[in-house]
Amino acid sequence: MNLWASVVEALESLSHNKLRSGLTILGIVIGVAAVIAMVSVGRGAQSTITDSIQGIGTNLLFVFRGGSEDVRNPKPLTLEDAAAIADPFQAPSVSGVAPVLQGSARVVYGSEATNTQITGVTPDYAVVRNYNVSEGEFINESHMLGQASVAVIGTEVANNLFGRKEGVTGETIRIEGQPFRVIGLLESKGGSAFSNQDDIVIIPLATAQERLLRRNPSNRVDLILVQAITAGEVNQASGEVADILRSRHRTEVGLDDFTILSQQDFLATASTITNVLTIFLGGVAAISLLVGGIGIMNIMLVSVTERTREIGLRKALGAHKSDILIQFLTESSVLSMIGGIIGIILGWLIAFAVGKVAAANNAAINPSISVDIVLLATVFSTAVGLFFGLYPANRAANLQPVEALRYE
Amino acid sequence: MTDLVIEARNLSKVYKMGSQEVHALRGLSTTVARGEVVAIMGPSGSGKSTLMNIIGCLDRPTSGDYILDGESVGQLGDDQLATIRNRKVGFIFQSFNLLSRTTALGNVELPMRYAGVNSRTRRERAVAALEAVGLKDRLHHRPNELSGGQQQRVAIARALVNDPAMLLADEPTGNLDSKSGKEVLEMLLNLNRDRGTTLVIVTHDPKVAERTQRVIRIQDGVVAEEGEL
Repeated sequence: MNLWASVVEALESLSHNKLRSGLTILGIVIGVAAVIAMVSVGRGAQSTITDSIQGIGTNLLFVFRGGSEDVRNPKPLTLEDAAAIADPFQAPSVSGVAPVLQGSARVVYGSEATNTQITGVTPDYAVVRNYNVSEGEFINESHMLGQASVAVIGTEVANNLFGRKEGVTGETIRIEGQPFRVIGLLESKGGSAFSNQDDIVIIPLATAQERLLRRNPSNRVDLILVQAITAGEVNQASGEVADILRSRHRTEVGLDDFTILSQQDFLATASTITNVLTIFLGGVAAISLLVGGIGIMNIMLVSVTERTREIGLRKALGAHKSDILIQFLTESSVLSMIGGIIGIILGWLIAFAVGKVAAANNAAINPSISVDIVLLATVFSTAVGLFFGLYPANRAANLQPVEALRYE
Repeated sequence: MTDLVIEARNLSKVYKMGSQEVHALRGLSTTVARGEVVAIMGPSGSGKSTLMNIIGCLDRPTSGDYILDGESVGQLGDDQLATIRNRKVGFIFQSFNLLSRTTALGNVELPMRYAGVNSRTRRERAVAALEAVGLKDRLHHRPNELSGGQQQRVAIARALVNDPAMLLADEPTGNLDSKSGKEVLEMLLNLNRDRGTTLVIVTHDPKVAERTQRVIRIQDGVVAEEGEL
């Protein structure tokens, strides 16, 4: 008997009991759809997070105060530290340095108000973070020198305050009651998994130190962003920055009072988390596929019992064990394969829907359905059909014709 | 020496029912010549069914020799027995045993599928066999669309397609009314007359038995009486 004939026969036999076959297929459909949807969404989330980390800037190092817990009285990072790092003789691999002060504040325009993040920056910040203005200008040196009351705002803030995402320069907003003139609007960077990079108000660092985000001592900063010249020099730059800070802070050997993280560190951490998440989701989904497989086994066992006489007759007419085995294995594989195909389509639809819902909630997840996961699901579901069909089929093949024919 | 289709020598069959041993056959010997029409009769519990199963290669004797159409088949494996059944035995059952989901044509094709006959030859031979039993206009009917007599004729066509050494009929008229039972029996006897098909009919109906050439009576696992009725 050729394969096609057996498949046709299996289909005929399955169509004889449509409801039962349908319900069995449903078990596989749910399992496969769950695997596809979960893994796709997981991968989508992963690429979104990766993109957003890369969107922060390129070749970046983040320098924070505080090292391991053993260090007592860590010295704060200061503007002078930032200046030293910017010295091309001490740190030749560093191309840009941006000290940052951060805090949240209430921003008001007319009757509209919003709580957002206030970031005090130097002009270099725009370069280091890849920020561009869509209108107006960014903070420049003269704003720094004059401690000017000017602000560059993100599109999200503009939308919250003015109800529009353009034509906002020249307006005056109040930050913690103090008037600031809007001099620029940032180009939208889109939402990310962590924070919305468009929900931001940028003011000159000098202004922030003096009026909004006072620190003690006054030259202290919260964070220093360092940009390496090339991706290959990120590690070298990290070493140079560490050396500079160690000598300036006079730390003991091995007891740094600062932490340097690179984008790669964030990426590695993030992908570890999302990988675990994907595997976890996929694993949970795989369990439902397994349950679907047990459903197939159950139905095939019932089917073998029901058709004992038929099996006896086929054997009486000359069917070998292998003929019967193939007949029932084909049926279970056809069940699981149909389930697999429908499941792939359904899983794709679910992933697509999740992507849409996520996008509507400002958390862009683009579920990525790759060929490998589709192949995997197909192979896996067929294997489930074969594996769980094996026992019932074997039972059928080993029936003795005399007893099977006598079966009522 | 006559040409023997069935040669059974000293067949015995022991079933184990729990700790008890049941002797269904106790050293039974018999022969059937080619072209003969033989009835096997006997009360229930006589070992008649066991003998039929062994003759039909559905079961193996515990000891003794069984030679079917010149081949010793007593101790072959399951798959070898299946091949022998496929080629040498045509079964006709009391309850027809047609596949209910399949058409008359599909049912008749079934033994040829297991014989590895290609689909065109299969179709041609199945059509010819159904024509021979007078069901030319019922090729695509399913069993539930056929009368009992017609179903048994489909079964006869199915038994014949692989050109077996003998037809083994188990109460072929048992589930039929007297008219169609008679028709089916006539058809079987005609096959014997026209084609020389060896016919072994297991029955307890004396009306069927008296149409055969010879009756083998089984009692307590041995041949009690052999000869014309």
